[in-house]
This record gives sequence, C-alpha cells and structure tokens, in this order.
Amino acid sequence: MKILVPVKRVVDYNVKVRVKADGTGVETAGVKMSMNPFDEIAIEEAVRLKEKGVATEIVAISIGVAACSETIRTALAMGADRGVLVETDMAVEPIAVAKMLKALVEKEQPQLVILGKQAIDDDMSATGQMLAALLGWPQGTFASKVAVENGGITVTREVDGGLETVALTLPAVVTTDLRLNEPRYASLPNIRKARKKPIETMKPADLGVDPTPRLTVLRVTEPPKRRAGQKVGSVAELVMKLRTEAKVI
Amino acid sequence: MASYTAPLRDMRFVMHELLDSSSLSTLPGYEQATPELMDAVIEEAAKLAQDILLPLNLSGDAEGCTYENGVVRTPKGFKDAYAQMIAGGWTSLACDPEFGGQGMPKLVSTVFEEIVSSANTAFGMYPGLSHGAYRALHAHGSEALKKQYLPKLVDGTWSGTMCLTESQCGTDLGLIRTRAEPDADSGFRITGTKIFISAGEHDLTENILHLVLAKLPGAPAGTRGISLFLVPKFLPTAEGRPGARNGVSCGSIEHKMGIKASATGVMHFDGAQGWLVGRENSGMRCMFTMMNAARLAVGMQGLGLAETAYQSAAAYARDRRQGKSVGGKTDPAQVADPIIVHPDVRRMLLESRSMTEAGRALSYWCGMELDRAERHPDPAMRQEADDLVALLTPILKAALTDLGSDAANAAVQVHGGHGYIHEWGVEQLVRDARICQIYEGTNGIQALDLVGRKLGQDTGRLLRRFFHPVAEFLAAHEQDAALSEFVGPTAKALGRLQQATMTVAARGMARPEEAAAAATDYLRLFSLVAMAFMWCRMAEVAQRALQAGANGEASFYQAKIDVGKFFMARVLPRHSSHFQVVMAGGETLMLLPEVAF
Repeated sequence: MKILVPVKRVVDYNVKVRVKADGTGVETAGVKMSMNPFDEIAIEEAVRLKEKGVATEIVAISIGVAACSETIRTALAMGADRGVLVETDMAVEPIAVAKMLKALVEKEQPQLVILGKQAIDDDMSATGQMLAALLGWPQGTFASKVAVENGGITVTREVDGGLETVALTLPAVVTTDLRLNEPRYASLPNIRKARKKPIETMKPADLGVDPTPRLTVLRVTEPPKRRAGQKVGSVAELVMKLRTEAKVI
Repeated sequence: MASYTAPLRDMRFVMHELLDSSSLSTLPGYEQATPELMDAVIEEAAKLAQDILLPLNLSGDAEGCTYENGVVRTPKGFKDAYAQMIAGGWTSLACDPEFGGQGMPKLVSTVFEEIVSSANTAFGMYPGLSHGAYRALHAHGSEALKKQYLPKLVDGTWSGTMCLTESQCGTDLGLIRTRAEPDADSGFRITGTKIFISAGEHDLTENILHLVLAKLPGAPAGTRGISLFLVPKFLPTAEGRPGARNGVSCGSIEHKMGIKASATGVMHFDGAQGWLVGRENSGMRCMFTMMNAARLAVGMQGLGLAETAYQSAAAYARDRRQGKSVGGKTDPAQVADPIIVHPDVRRMLLESRSMTEAGRALSYWCGMELDRAERHPDPAMRQEADDLVALLTPILKAALTDLGSDAANAAVQVHGGHGYIHEWGVEQLVRDARICQIYEGTNGIQALDLVGRKLGQDTGRLLRRFFHPVAEFLAAHEQDAALSEFVGPTAKALGRLQQATMTVAARGMARPEEAAAAATDYLRLFSLVAMAFMWCRMAEVAQRALQAGANGEASFYQAKIDVGKFFMARVLPRHSSHFQVVMAGGETLMLLPEVAF
C-alpha cells in the first residue's frame, strides 16, 4: 500500500510569532521554520505502518517555496521514501492545496493520505476535509488511533466530550491529532541517507491548478493587550460592574 | 530551569558565512559534507539536546550519582537519554566509517559538543570521554585492538575513560606509580589506583574500556617511562560480548562542586589484564596526539555553558520588572520597567554575548583547521592547519572556560537573589563551569603551554600562522570606513600583542621564570586580540550581507555589528591592563618570602 503524506513548512513552534510592522502578515524572514508538528505525527504514523508491513511506500509532499525541500528532507530522514515538491512563491490556501493534492493522488494512486489535522500557522483545519470531498473518499479526521485491517481502516477520532470510532473503506483520508503518536528523532545515518533520496519538483501548473489566492488579507494585528484587573468591594458592586461596565449579564 | 534554544542561526552564520564550510566537501572523505547536510545534522542535534538532555540537567544535578558496593547509578532518566543518543547514532558522528562511524567533519562535532554542553554538561561527559578513548585507540592501537574495540566505542554500546591522574600526580604525570607487569595471557597485568576518573563506573553501557597510563618494569624515570594500556571492565568473549569481570573496580565516587551527574570514580586496578596501546614508554606521546581535540572539547563546554548562561539571563532580564529606566525608554503603563533597560544589566549581558559569539567563531575556525590538518591533500597545508590548531588550542581552552565561568556568574547576578536559588538553574551553571578551568590541564598550564612550548616553536612559525592573516586583514581594510570602529582598535591591540610577544620571548630566554610569570596575562591578551579579529571578520561579513539586501534578515546582521561594536569599545580595552602586567615583569611575584604567606 502506498501512503501520501503532505507536510507543511511553518514557523517553528518555539518561535514567538511577530506581526509585520505594516500589518500584512506575520514576520517569516530570518525566522526558524520547521515541519508542522501535526504533519510530523502523520509521517510517524505512515512510517509505523510501513514498519508493520502494511505500507510499502511513503511519499512526502510539500507545496510552497523552494525551501520546502528541507521540510521534505526532514520527512525523508524520518523514514519517507521519496518526495514531491510543488514549488510556488504564492501563499497557498487550503482549497488550492487540496486541488493539487487531488491531482497528485490521481497520479500516484495511493490507498491512504495521512496529514495533520491543521497547520500551526493559520490553524485552518480544512485541507484534509476538502481533499476527501474532492476525491469522494471517506475521511477519518482528528485521529488518535489508526488500525488498518481487513482491507479497511479503523480510526478513533477525538471529538467533543469523548472518542468516536469510525470504520472507513480504503482509499481514505486520515488527519492526525496530537495523541496519535510521538514522532521519532531522525537518526544520524538516516539524516545522511535522506540527502540521497529523490525529490521530484514541479509547478502548480503541471498539476493543472491555479493557486492564486481567493481570499484577501485585510489586516493582521496582535490580539489586544489584556487590561489590568479591578478590585471590587462587594458582591453587589461586582454584579453592578458586570452589568453596566462589562455588559455581560 | 535554565533556558536554552540552540542558536542555530548564529551557528550557521559562523559555519557557512564566516568560515565557508562548503570548502570542507573538497577534502577527501568529506565529499558528502555539504552545508545542507551539516544544517540537518545540527538541527536534529538541537532537538535531541533541547527535548531530552536539557530537562535532565537540573534534576541530574539535584540527584547526582549514587555509589553502592562498587556499583554506580546515574541520575533518573540518564539511561534512557543515553539509549536514545546511541540509537540515533550520535556517538558515531565524527568517527571513522571503517569502524561504523558517520565520518562527519570535526567542525560538525565541535558544534555538536557545544550544543550538548549547553543542554547538559554532566551528561556530555560520558560520550565525551568515550570519544577521547576512541581517538587514542584509533591513533595508536594495533589493528587487532582497533577491530575488536573501536566498533563498540563508535556505536556507544561500550564507553571509555582516560585514567591518568593518581593521588600524588595530576599535572606532573612523571610521578605515576601504577605498574604494568608482562603477563603470558594478555600481555600485561596492571596494578595501581587512579583517581578523578570521569565516567569510570556507571550504568549507561554494558562495558567500560579504561585507557590507563602505567609504568613497565625498569622504565625510564619521569614522563619518558610511561606506557598506555587498554583495560576493559569485562573481558570480551570470542563473540565480542562482555565476558568475565576483569580486575578493575570502583572504590568510591567523588562528591563534587558541580557536574554532579557525571560519575567521577576512584578506580582500583588489581592485576587487571591490559593490552599495550602504542609502543612501550610512548604513553605520553599517545596522549598528546589527542590532547588538542580534548582541550578544544573542554573549551566547548565553557562556550556551551556561556551560551546557556547568556540566554537564561537575557530571558530573565526581559521579563523581570524592577525600577524605572534612567532617562531611556520607559513603559508608562507599568510601575517598573524590565531590568533589560538598565545599562549595568545590559553590560553583563553584552559582555557575555560578545565574547561568546567571538569564542564560537574562534572555536569553529579551529575545528575546521583540525579537519584540514587531517585531510588536506597538500602536506604544506596540513602543516599550516596543524600549526594554527596547536597555537589556538591552549588559548581556546583557557579563554572559553574562563568565559563559561564569567558568563555563569553574570547570569546569577542578573537574576539577583533568584540566581542564588537552585530551581532557577543558573547557580548550577556556575558550579558546572568551574571544573572546566581545571581539568584537561589547568588554565595556568594552558598559559605555560602557550608561552613555553608554542611561542618559540620553530622560531615563531606557529605565531606567524596567526599574525599573518590578522595583519593581512587589517591592512586590506585600513581604509574601509564601514569597519573603522573594528580595524583601528584591533590593530592597536595586535601591536601590543606583538610587543608583548617579543618581550616575553626575550626575557624568558634569559630567565624562564619571567615567561612563566607573564603566561596568564599573555594568554588573556592573546585571546582578546583573537576575539577582536573574529569580530572584525564577522562585522565585515555582516556589512556585506546588509549591502546585498540582507534577504529579510537585516536585524540579524545589524545585531552582529552592534554586538561587535560593544566588544571593541568595552571588552577589548581589557587588553591594555594585561599588556601592562606582562610588561611589568615577574619581579614583584617573587618578592614576598615563602614564610610570609
């Protein structure tokens, strides 16, 4: 079974994100970039399926600037077999990414696409669902447990107030939640081997997709600073303030 | 807990932009060592250090190692961390591929040493000592010994030690008493007691290989009569598994000021089977071939600790609010400003940072020259690189370990009373950093090595390897207005260093005691000039990057220039006092009679 794992290059989770002075976005120049942590979990799950003998080949895909090849190399060092880089300098939105992934799925014919439930930069949580819809495939989102058996896949999902288990027929799309697994550290020999694994580079046009953004970002601002608290003398004063000042009751 | 994130951008700046690490891939055996691969390696090393080693630093210090009936246990979590380290292949980083190593350049292992020391200096001792043993065995062991033992040291399943010190001899190894008697079985039986043996006994590996200095019967007196032996804790079976216990045991472990999670053993050798490494009576020479790398590694401990100290102090200074800014920018919404607004706090932070960044440049340069000294096809280039390493090694060892201590103390000061409290993690840095100034040759010994051995070697050939590139750079940039704040002060300090060099050489010729009396100040003068040279070059690289548009990283490059200017204005002037002390001579050191002390 072939597995496709899309991986996104995002601002590293350790970095304190700063808004650009002109309010057009967040500062990414000179900022440490890494693989989206949910996508690391996706790669790890794919590698575990390969180690169990379920998967035969793992293809890591990244869409974005040329430096995304380093994100793919990270995936290759963790155990993916080869990479595909769809290179574009445009800011790609989930619908464009999903369309490109659909074209790649049609080309590669995988049985499973595993990807992060969301990327930590824009927190859209949309690509996996859109991809499943475009392909007409079943989807198991927010997975905390995955088992491939009897030609299908059982996905335990993290939902509000508990867990939901769904059985999907293959091919399918799975998006990963935090508790699915703990991604491994790449070993030194595997980091070296990753440099020799192939990465195919293409453009969105090669996949017949126009990635031009459909949304316009008006302004990016920092969340408002929390104002200092107040001390109240009595419950009556608290209720009065909640009613007249905070206007919450 | 102390804060640490590996300064990957600064590291890449030094490796690639300052030192042009891409040139390493032209050396035989390093064809694959591209900057991209080096980046991938140090990035993963940073993850390992930050996620696994750093969280064990404070707890390892609090718990320490425990000794019971000859068995030593490392603190909680160390065994798992070590297992993860060897599973990732990190002990094999710069080792010979013939024995299972990854064959990465010394430059990369130098960076790795810094990262590990920043996160957890005590933990780093175990793989560090193993690597020392690996180097000695690799350079001097017989083919049979190398085949039998090196793969185990490389993959980390067995560890190593260096057993030099005895109770009556530390610096002066000519005084050792441990004996080696020829024996029919293995060649030799070793008897004696060694002290201060780092990683001498522990529970991280299934076997421990001790490299022991001992004397053969009838050997010449002093250091010329010392031989080196390999003594395993368990004798290997034919299949290479640990077999029968050898006659070596741990009598106790020391209760130390710092690096408490590193087990320091008293090791008893009681007729233990040993194998000769190198030729008879050449033990000191065997040690010396690996001394440069080991001293550089201790320097990296100092640098690593300085970086963590700086980061912890800077984070605290940005967060802690005390007092209003005196005339500077102030936050009207708050009753107090973060202490980073105060000039004296900034002084402490910038002294640490400006010396750490220069120390990083200097040590990575040395790491890269180690690679050239080993691999360059042209013997003249190899010699040149080797000369520079020999000259810079004592300077780096002493200057960077002094820096580690100074920066750690500054971090405590920035933290105020909290710095004195264990849980904040910075008082540990002071204690951990202190040993680095002592072991692997005290910093006083490093200074003597510099003035006594390196200065006069081949009529100053080693010195010229350093003076020439500095003078060349300064001459080439004499008219460079953008670097005027760098070139002028450095030229002045270099002139004084050259004058001091001549004075020390001339006076030392007549009275060796004079050279010894000048040694420490001379070394400090030298290290300041070397750091200034690094800042000149870093500022030049940063200026060029800014002129080329800086690719969105203008603030990064501007920070290099700003920190460099601070060094020139407020750190480099210290060279004057060292110069004056050198010129004052040693007479006043010897005035006071011994009885008056």
